[in-house]
Amino acid sequence: MSSNKKYWKSVEELSDSSMVEALKQNEFSEDIPVEEFLGDKEVLDESSTSRRDFLKYVGFSTAAATLAACEGPVVKAIPYVVQPEQIVPGVANYYATTIADGFDFANVLVKTREGRPIKIESNRLAGANGGANARVHASVLSMYDNTRLKTPQVGGKSTDWVGFDKQLAAKLSKVSGKIVLLTQTFASPSTSKLIGEFASKYSNVSHVVYDSVSNSEALAAYEQVYGVRGLADYDFEKASTIVSVGADFLGDWQGGGYDAGYAKGRIPQHGKMSRHVQFEANMTLSGANADKRIPTTPSQQKQVLAALYGYVMGYSVNASLPAPLNEAAKKAAQQLKATGSKAVVVTGIQDKDAQVIALAINNKLGSKVFNAERPKLTSQGDAAKVSALVADMNAGKVGAVLIVGVNPVYSLPNSKEFVSGLKKVAVTVSFASSNDETAALCEFVATTPHYLESWGDVEINKGMYSLVQPTIRPLFKTRQFQDTLLQLIGSGLTYDAYMKNVWKSSILGGASFNKALHDGVFKTAVVTKSETEDASEENEEESAFTSSFATSVRSLTSAKAKGLELTLYTKTAMGSGNQAANPWLQELPDPLTRASWDNYLTVSKADAESLGLENKNVANGALNGSYATVTVGGVKLENVPVIIQPGQAKGSAGLALGYGRKQGLKEEMQVGVNAFSLYQNFNNVQSVKIDKAAGEHEFACVQLQKTLMGRGDIIKETTLEIFNTKDKPLYNPMPMVSLDHQETPVTSPDVDLWDEFDRSIGHHFNLSIDLNACTGCGACVVACHAENNVPVVGKSEVRRSRDMHWLRIDRYYSSEETFEGDNETKDGFDGLGDSLSGFGELEVASENPQVAFQPVMCQHCNHAPCETVCPVAATSHGKQGQNHMAYNRCVGTRYCANNCPYKVRRFNWFLYNQNDEFDFHMNNDLGRMVVNPDVTVRSRGVMEKCSMCMQMTQKTILDAKRDGRVIKDGEFQTACSNACSTGAITFGDVNDKSSKVAKSLEGDRMYHLLEHVGTKPNVQYQVKVRNTKEA
Amino acid sequence: MKQVKHRNSVSKLLLLGLAFLLTFSTTTTTYAQADAAKGKELFNSLCAACHKRYKKATGPALFGVTERHSTEWLYKWIKNSTALIASGDAEAIEIYEQFNKTPMNAFPQLSNADIDNILAYVMEPKAAPAAGATPVVKGGAAGGSDSSSVNSVVLGLMALVLLVLVGVLFIVNKTLRQFASANNIELPVKEKRKPIWKAFIENQFLLLVSAVFLLLLSGYFVYGYLMQVGVDQGYEPVQPIHYSHRIHAGDNKIDCKYCHSSARVSKHSGIPSLNVCMNCHKSIGEVAEATQAEGLAEYGVDYNKQIQKLYKAVGWDADKQAYTGKTEPVKWVRIHNLPDFAYFNHSQHVMVAGVKCQKCHGPVEEMEIMYQHAPLTMGWCINCHRETNVKVEGNAYYEKIHEELSKKYGVDKLTAAQMGGLECGKCHY
Repeated sequence: MSSNKKYWKSVEELSDSSMVEALKQNEFSEDIPVEEFLGDKEVLDESSTSRRDFLKYVGFSTAAATLAACEGPVVKAIPYVVQPEQIVPGVANYYATTIADGFDFANVLVKTREGRPIKIESNRLAGANGGANARVHASVLSMYDNTRLKTPQVGGKSTDWVGFDKQLAAKLSKVSGKIVLLTQTFASPSTSKLIGEFASKYSNVSHVVYDSVSNSEALAAYEQVYGVRGLADYDFEKASTIVSVGADFLGDWQGGGYDAGYAKGRIPQHGKMSRHVQFEANMTLSGANADKRIPTTPSQQKQVLAALYGYVMGYSVNASLPAPLNEAAKKAAQQLKATGSKAVVVTGIQDKDAQVIALAINNKLGSKVFNAERPKLTSQGDAAKVSALVADMNAGKVGAVLIVGVNPVYSLPNSKEFVSGLKKVAVTVSFASSNDETAALCEFVATTPHYLESWGDVEINKGMYSLVQPTIRPLFKTRQFQDTLLQLIGSGLTYDAYMKNVWKSSILGGASFNKALHDGVFKTAVVTKSETEDASEENEEESAFTSSFATSVRSLTSAKAKGLELTLYTKTAMGSGNQAANPWLQELPDPLTRASWDNYLTVSKADAESLGLENKNVANGALNGSYATVTVGGVKLENVPVIIQPGQAKGSAGLALGYGRKQGLKEEMQVGVNAFSLYQNFNNVQSVKIDKAAGEHEFACVQLQKTLMGRGDIIKETTLEIFNTKDKPLYNPMPMVSLDHQETPVTSPDVDLWDEFDRSIGHHFNLSIDLNACTGCGACVVACHAENNVPVVGKSEVRRSRDMHWLRIDRYYSSEETFEGDNETKDGFDGLGDSLSGFGELEVASENPQVAFQPVMCQHCNHAPCETVCPVAATSHGKQGQNHMAYNRCVGTRYCANNCPYKVRRFNWFLYNQNDEFDFHMNNDLGRMVVNPDVTVRSRGVMEKCSMCMQMTQKTILDAKRDGRVIKDGEFQTACSNACSTGAITFGDVNDKSSKVAKSLEGDRMYHLLEHVGTKPNVQYQVKVRNTKEA
Repeated sequence: MKQVKHRNSVSKLLLLGLAFLLTFSTTTTTYAQADAAKGKELFNSLCAACHKRYKKATGPALFGVTERHSTEWLYKWIKNSTALIASGDAEAIEIYEQFNKTPMNAFPQLSNADIDNILAYVMEPKAAPAAGATPVVKGGAAGGSDSSSVNSVVLGLMALVLLVLVGVLFIVNKTLRQFASANNIELPVKEKRKPIWKAFIENQFLLLVSAVFLLLLSGYFVYGYLMQVGVDQGYEPVQPIHYSHRIHAGDNKIDCKYCHSSARVSKHSGIPSLNVCMNCHKSIGEVAEATQAEGLAEYGVDYNKQIQKLYKAVGWDADKQAYTGKTEPVKWVRIHNLPDFAYFNHSQHVMVAGVKCQKCHGPVEEMEIMYQHAPLTMGWCINCHRETNVKVEGNAYYEKIHEELSKKYGVDKLTAAQMGGLECGKCHY
């Protein structure tokens, strides 16, 4: 077929054929740079190696390598020359210590193996302060961060301590102007004393305490009322009614740590449990756990608080509230009054008036929940002094600044001013462990050790002292801030000796230091005022309250919103951003949005629609969101990803602090946007303007569906009233199947495909999860990571749903106002058409949904579907109820994961250790020091899952066998049950009839996940009960 | 189990005998009336921890001590040295100063006669057994080779006879043929047959069968080869210090768990740190001459040099009897290597089950060089778990479970397997 038609590929070809012709002749206009990638041309030409020779060599070396692979490597074993007495290879040692990084304060136990700290656990001796949260659990990995500074630096060059001291002392002696110590909150008696001594040696010293997330207003309010600069402490275990106005006390409000007490009051006992009402703007953990949550914008919160005050006091308060909110406030106040001294009001509004009013209400109620004797001392920051310091620096009044444990260049809202001020200071010293934003701009960087390498003391609550002791020798050439101070004042002491002296002279009162060091905590009696004094003071307070409160109330009621209100908060995973380099925390999904590796703007659905902001699921199922530009005053924050958050109060938005750090971090860790720039005047509520920006953000969410869709057999929920008055089948029905036209429970052996295996002999492990006590804090997830060497996979893999968490905490929203409403809607479906559209609607979460958290790990089914489909029998069942997984036997067919109804099996798509593609802690020698030597590090191509911490149960059994004794209840633990400070996760042997889990197995609230499938799991769930009774 | 080899008992006896003779022939006369044998006993039980006869240890070398000090003085000194020093005796103070002011233990229980006996023993001059003993050992060795050479001579002779016979037959045959051809006797000519290999190739059935056989055979060997990959039974690496388990665990009967103490409490048996070695080797700076000679002859090892290696590693200055502080850890070659995915706990087996170390590690007390005795394969583990009864006696942990399980299985004694010792997850997690 011939044709005369001329085809051309481009206009150029048609118009100017000469150039095209040339190109045709010579397709590659340049020679292919063969030499460049093969090496030197001359060498190549000289070489006599032909292609055939080359192939021969390749073949030969491959064969040789294959043969050589059959030879085992020579393994060396190097014992100690002199073995330390307390170290036995293979046996763990525990040390009590305390974390105090300025944001997190907790008493912990550190598990060390062969001298390496590998895991953080709660210190049960310490009570409420011993509950470690997710960040504290992850802090051990921050020590093994290979981006830490390894030597002290002067002018950006590494040096040694001798040189450093000489240069610094020389510079400091010549300083004219003030010497300013800008530090984190230490809450340390010894450090305070030491700083005092430093100040007396260098006469012109001032000490400015700076908390990156400020509590200044609450501190001022407490100081005004009680005369102590501290934070009010509460014991929620004693509370029957909790009303929170914008306080996320299950999160990081006032340092957190309240969840253990709170959860104790939440478990229905003798027909009673506490009632929790939450007024808040952002959806928080506290709101998610509340019995009643009322979305309230920050300005409305002030009004609500004023109204509450009015109703409790019996005044008429002129609050301008919408009717439903007013009604809610009224009911809350009635409930508060009804429970009297067992009621408490807390508020997170960063406003002195609001804080004073909350204290006044508690005072009026005579609240026993409020602990006036031991205020918290873990936040001492003074926002006004920090602002003054920045001004002084710019005015050239500051001669030297020593910055300790804080990163103001990153975390100050007026960071630019601080930087310009810093340039005017003659001597700048940063005490930092990594080359962060501030350290990079300081002349001297005194590298500090991690808290696991340091000595110290902390007074978390008044009179409750704790000790920090090193659990490993410093990994690098680091020195504690306090030791540097001692060096500067020319004391011959080391800080541990200094601290010991302070304790002996002023704290211990004759008690043993070693005992205190062993326990990690030491409690001194509180000096109580005599009765009469107390009474008179109370009267005084009373009068002080009434006089000053009118103005406070007036200022609260005058609060008005100007446009959208942004509430800045801290996320469960990242906190204030101290541990931004920690891959465990980066990969820990947010309990509510379930997004990891990000911070984002949370907006309500209504606001999103009006602003044109979108969330959508793309083809591979992952979540994408619009970008927005957020403007506060004159400050603009570009490209903030947006997530539409059910429950976000209309007219409000939320954004997490602690993200967007860049300096000194690996590229993978530089995620999110820095919201500190919006933290004007250290106020967490800002009027904000939000504009849609171009582009879409790719989120890494681990859970995509939002609602429960009326599937009440996944999370069973009921109200306290029904639970108290009705029978079990009503709120916790057993699924039935028909056998010979008889309704038979699915657990009956008659309807089972499989024969029952006798498990009555020996141990039979059960894990019980109380949905009432679980607050969703995520500590168990990180503890599981640490115990079981779970790899970190990175953002793009999480986005592909290839996260490796053995334990996840599912979060469900209701589609109606309550889950109960969902069930009714579902049951009301009539016909196919109705259900098709109806289920579609059920997928959309309500504007103010109920929320439930459900930790899900391998359910260790007695009739496990995964076991029957494994072609190589790599997964099998043990007599003790655990579903075993033999990694070395697994060939990676993934049949088991496909057959698992709970989706708890995780596949190693890649080699996650020693692989540059996954440059997290398992890719360097330092990071691998955190690995638990008792658990295999899995390789590519094998399936893995929760083992119910087989290594821990085996260890417990072995210890008992060696001692020749019977195991008591409570001895068996898993990493998650051990980490759970709320007691939501309990573990034990159901064949021991006295054990907690054996009792809960028989309890009315017990159900199994997807019981109707007939898998007979060994994980129990306890029905969630909500106290919905209004006063 | 009790298969102690007496390879060189003859030579040992000879050697000891010679040493004995030499000892008696050269005993010095001063304390001849005293009983050196009794003295030896006393010396070993009381003095040997700190003193050696010919070498300085914690205390001075004792040979020649009677020449340095008077007997009366020695009586006082040995019975209570501290009192003597306190009394201001110049001689005593000098020694006290010389040895870092470490006082010598008092021995008030010794009578003067006892002390005489000890002195008699320590004053025996150093025998020169090395020179005397070596030929004896060599003689012994020669004796051994004699018997084998006799054998070989006999065998050689027989082989020679056979060769001669073959030659004779060949010659006879040849001569007979020559005779036959000379006498024109026709020898029967062999019929030309089809070569056997051709027949083999043409027989397809046979070919098939042998091919199948060959394949099976090679399959067997390939499988056998592959199954031993990674199994290092008999692995006997050269160690940086030649440490003889035979001497320590065998001859000296030191309990395994004295050095491998963490086997009691940990999953690792633990390689002893060098300070454990120094518990004994602080005073044992060299081995007995007999042992040394044996080491040289039998294993080609200078034991004393090995002890010096230890001193170097741990930083012990034998002359000054003090640690120098300069240490260099010993890099032992690990013999028993379990794969990382297998969990094994020593304390479970050693303390709970009461398994003898030798059950898995073989006759360690006979091993001059440690080697891997067991294959350490999973099959080997499992076999033992199937055969071994759980030791439940006197262990409260097992009471209930044993009673219930033995009823269930209808047995008196439960094996580890019945206890759940075959479950995957018990060793793989």
